[in-house]
Amino acid sequence: MDLATILQVLDSTIRLSTPLLLACLAGLFSERAGVFDIGLEGKMLFAAFFSAAVAAFTGNAWLGLVAGIGASLALSAIHGLASITFRGNQLISGVALNFLASGLTVLIAQTWFKQGGKTPTLEDGARFGEITLPFAETLSGVPVIGPIYAELISGHAILVYVALACVPLTWWVLYRTRFGLRLRAVGEAPDAVDTAGVSVVRLRFTAVAICGILCGIAGAYLATSLQPFFSKEMTAGRGFIALAALIFAKWRPWYALMTCLLFGLLQAVALRFQNIDLGAFTVPVQVMDALPYILTVVILAGFVGKAIPPRAGGEPYVKER
Amino acid sequence: MTDTPAIELKGISKAFGPVQANKDISIRVMPGTIHGIIGENGAGKSTLMSILYGFYKADDGEIWIHGRKTEIPDSQAAISAGIGMVFQHFKLVQNFSVLENVILGAEDGGLLQPSLSKARGVLKHLAEEYELQVDPEALIEELSVGHQQRVEILKALYREADILILDEPTGVLTPAEADHLFRILEGLREQGKTIILITHKLREIMEITDTVSVMRRGQMTATVKTAETNPEQLAELMVGRKVLLQVDKVPATPGKPILEIENLRHVDDQGVERLKGISLDIRAGEIVGIAGVSGNGQTELLQVLGGYCHATGDIRVNGTPIDLTGKESDGRSRRARGIAHVPEDRHHEGLILPYTAWENTVFGYHRDAQSGSGFLMDNAAIKAEAAAKMERFDVRPPNPNLAAKNFSGGNQQKIVLAREIEQNPDVLLIGQPTRGVDIGAIEFIHQQIVALRDAGKAILLVSVELDEIFSLSDRIAVMFDGQIMGERLPSETDQTELGLLMAGMTNGQEKAHG
Amino acid sequence: MDKMPAWADAVLVPLISILLAAILSALVILAIGESPTEALWLMIDGALMRSSGWGYTLYYATNFIFTGLAVSVAFHARMFNIGGEGQAMIGGLGVALACLFIPWPHWSLALLGATGAAALFGAAWAWLPAYLQAKRGSHIVITTIMFNFIAAAVLNYMLVNVLRPKGAMDPATAKFPEATHLPTFQDMFSTAENVIFRGSPANITFFIALLACVAVWVLIWRTRLGYEIRAFGHSETGALYAGISPVKITVVAMLISGGLAGLMALNTTMGEAERLVLNATEGAGFIGIAVALMGRSHPVGVLLAALLFGFLYQGGAELALWTNIPRELITVIQALVILFTGALDNMVRKPLESIFLSLRSKGA
Repeated sequence: MDLATILQVLDSTIRLSTPLLLACLAGLFSERAGVFDIGLEGKMLFAAFFSAAVAAFTGNAWLGLVAGIGASLALSAIHGLASITFRGNQLISGVALNFLASGLTVLIAQTWFKQGGKTPTLEDGARFGEITLPFAETLSGVPVIGPIYAELISGHAILVYVALACVPLTWWVLYRTRFGLRLRAVGEAPDAVDTAGVSVVRLRFTAVAICGILCGIAGAYLATSLQPFFSKEMTAGRGFIALAALIFAKWRPWYALMTCLLFGLLQAVALRFQNIDLGAFTVPVQVMDALPYILTVVILAGFVGKAIPPRAGGEPYVKER
Repeated sequence: MTDTPAIELKGISKAFGPVQANKDISIRVMPGTIHGIIGENGAGKSTLMSILYGFYKADDGEIWIHGRKTEIPDSQAAISAGIGMVFQHFKLVQNFSVLENVILGAEDGGLLQPSLSKARGVLKHLAEEYELQVDPEALIEELSVGHQQRVEILKALYREADILILDEPTGVLTPAEADHLFRILEGLREQGKTIILITHKLREIMEITDTVSVMRRGQMTATVKTAETNPEQLAELMVGRKVLLQVDKVPATPGKPILEIENLRHVDDQGVERLKGISLDIRAGEIVGIAGVSGNGQTELLQVLGGYCHATGDIRVNGTPIDLTGKESDGRSRRARGIAHVPEDRHHEGLILPYTAWENTVFGYHRDAQSGSGFLMDNAAIKAEAAAKMERFDVRPPNPNLAAKNFSGGNQQKIVLAREIEQNPDVLLIGQPTRGVDIGAIEFIHQQIVALRDAGKAILLVSVELDEIFSLSDRIAVMFDGQIMGERLPSETDQTELGLLMAGMTNGQEKAHG
Repeated sequence: MDKMPAWADAVLVPLISILLAAILSALVILAIGESPTEALWLMIDGALMRSSGWGYTLYYATNFIFTGLAVSVAFHARMFNIGGEGQAMIGGLGVALACLFIPWPHWSLALLGATGAAALFGAAWAWLPAYLQAKRGSHIVITTIMFNFIAAAVLNYMLVNVLRPKGAMDPATAKFPEATHLPTFQDMFSTAENVIFRGSPANITFFIALLACVAVWVLIWRTRLGYEIRAFGHSETGALYAGISPVKITVVAMLISGGLAGLMALNTTMGEAERLVLNATEGAGFIGIAVALMGRSHPVGVLLAALLFGFLYQGGAELALWTNIPRELITVIQALVILFTGALDNMVRKPLESIFLSLRSKGA
């Protein structure tokens, strides 16, 4: 394998990791606050459609992004209503929202665009273009470092850099701010937060809203940057891979980055090479597809480090003494 | 001392559906005093304090703090009014440090670092002033229960509370820890803090409070100066009539040993040794009572004997050993060997609350021939038998189709008791037989236990109520820290001696550990 | 005391939830510029007014009965088996292997054999998540989700690389032998002069589904195992006290659940397609969640809910054929049903409770 191929695979790793990372951090905020969310997939899908649709109408990718975030937030609101206000089953709510997104996107896409559940392909202004970082041109001549900088680090859409910036930001918010302290506390011991005079409901809604915003960005990235259109079920299980990554990362931001890059790499490799010939035997492409899920089961089984979820996760908070 | 009470409640009432939890309650607590509120379980103490801390809204009545009428719609308002609360079950984040727990909700500004530094200083100061030493950087899950409680007090003081409410604070403490707590409370009183101590232990009331209010069935029956009352009078006010301390029973005539326990050891999931070599014999026709502060291994002892907690050592029933770790170490095998078990916690163990009464009357025996044949259960037969059992044990209402959760505590306990006693076991394990049970049912339950003894069965009784241990037991063993500190005959000991044993002291010597 | 009578909780709450879902669905139809009443009429006409429509409705219902029962059994043990989809896929693999590689003399024997294979394969796919939950505490919701994706990869591999006949393009097995073809409703109920259920896929598997309903009812409410499953579902500590092994119940309940989900493949793979295709399950594993929630995990409720969803599926197909409403409308309805019966049930229950409370206090 030459440097160019490796760079290509790594470049595509970064692109493919971005939606995973955003969704994973989204899940991190929600689950750290004690609200399980298996509806990441649905929120991304919803956001993907509305961002592509609005971008198609307005020709403006930024407006698309706003619409995507808004759409994702709407589903977050329902999830919050079900799991926080009405203390319903968070898992079932997530399942329902996934279906809702899956059905409504096609339904609306068909009504608006009549293209079999797709949006039209977005024109230039309606999608997030690639950004060339400073000196990318000048450095590209330098051996090894030049191509790495010019192709791998430079030349991505703005949302890629947003996603990467979200990692240290999440870490800082979680461990260095009052909000982060309360957020972590409410996922571990909501009664402690409540008796300390802080509203559990408001905290959890905030966390669920942040989750919505990040899923919104993830969805918008899918349909206005990674691909220039929305198509039916275009999230293709990414929400669940993000969920897997979140567990793999043990609900920590830097681990999340690492895991999402790993899972992104698996996708990139599966995309680039169908079956991998290892000489003695070939690794079928299906193994690459299934690997993130298999790895997560291994982690969940606790054979390689135990993944302990936030203690109050999944449980609605009922005031009691 | 001024004439303005630190806290004054005027005519507080609160109903949950048809249940009147608090009815027209009024008290005045003067600043710089310790005020006790005493009452049985379910007397309404906790509801009252929840109203004071903004958990519930009173239907009627007023709260006055330092002479000002105050609305307390939520905990934030209670904190602002200078009220701090130490709950029975601590409200701490287990994997946070002491510091993080203390500042949670009382941070200065959006960034953590300044708050943490400030709290570190304040804590140091508070530790010196009130004997509240605790490592500020330690994680809560690494701390002992006594230290966790200190963190709760520190939380309140950090928020500059001048009224401190403690709900059953000694329930989880060893006597030494409880003494330390009382020293802390006295120190706080000296600094002018007002303290409300909720408890059902008369001894604590007598030891530390200045004034005491007695609650019964949602009402405040009396408020008196502690110096002007005595335990007997308080007990009477609490239960509303002379307490039956003596159960009618003839002296025991113990036969051969039925249950023999030798060097029983159990290590829990956290690697803590909960049973440290228990040896005990129980003979036919004998009630052996285990006294002790809860959390000293009694629960584990019952669970090991009941078959759902692994252990090492030897247990023999009627001379033949039982399996402690292998295939036969489960509840079902124990029942087959004639060990019946009325567990301490009927809500989480003894009953399946959503199940009907009849379904509960075979719980644990549902695989036996009496419950059906082959794979199937004989529901009609079980139901008929259940109705008869409920009749015999005076379960009210005697309706086998009613879900267990719809019975009162006493009647739930009777269902469990009926199930276990009617199996005619050789050994009955019984934990906290009258916890959360109304007075009328207590007598009935005690009679049933004694009757079973008189029928020649071996009975192991675990209770945290010393009175109950005294009145039922033919022999008393005291547990402390996973060991049996000593055995006494009820006629040859008294509460003081048992209290010392329960605190881990033999011959006036405190044991090295603890 | 309970705040409202048991029948109200069992019947009124789901009914009102469905009503809410129906109203919202009608609004969705209005919003995309179609008429809800016309749509409903079209659905009824296409699904219920002709025997062939019934043939499709019952065909879909058969799938949903199996997956609904699967989710229900797990619910009774307080486990959420989202893995019905994967278990049904692997069940399909079992059916295909049994039909392709065993020379059955008659369809009845083939059906018996395939039933065993479907249940066995489905159960096997549920085993590891169950074992990990019981022994290692791995959250079964997450592991079963993961196993759905792994199942899809396995199926994909088997169909593309192993079972695909030489020269064939689409990822599917060869056609099953003639002797394994199951009698359809058309075969069973038509007479020479009167052909009914013409061309519709409903087949004898429907009766196996009905049998499964009865079997699950007996299991849950009449057997000692069912008693233990429900007891464990209500209280794990109670189960331990009673000598019920949590590990055993977790694993056994999930094996039964997985087996039931696997049985669904009989209907789609053996009864309808007569070969194993990539997307044989068509999301029926997930619809089982809606069916179980709506049916309150009771076989009678599951049967009724499965029939309703069978109707929605067939009706939805008709809509897509005759109007501009895509089939995905059914996904939306399904989502709303799950949302209202499973997650927002308190929103419905709370007002009902206060109505009953005020009625009672007036009566008293």
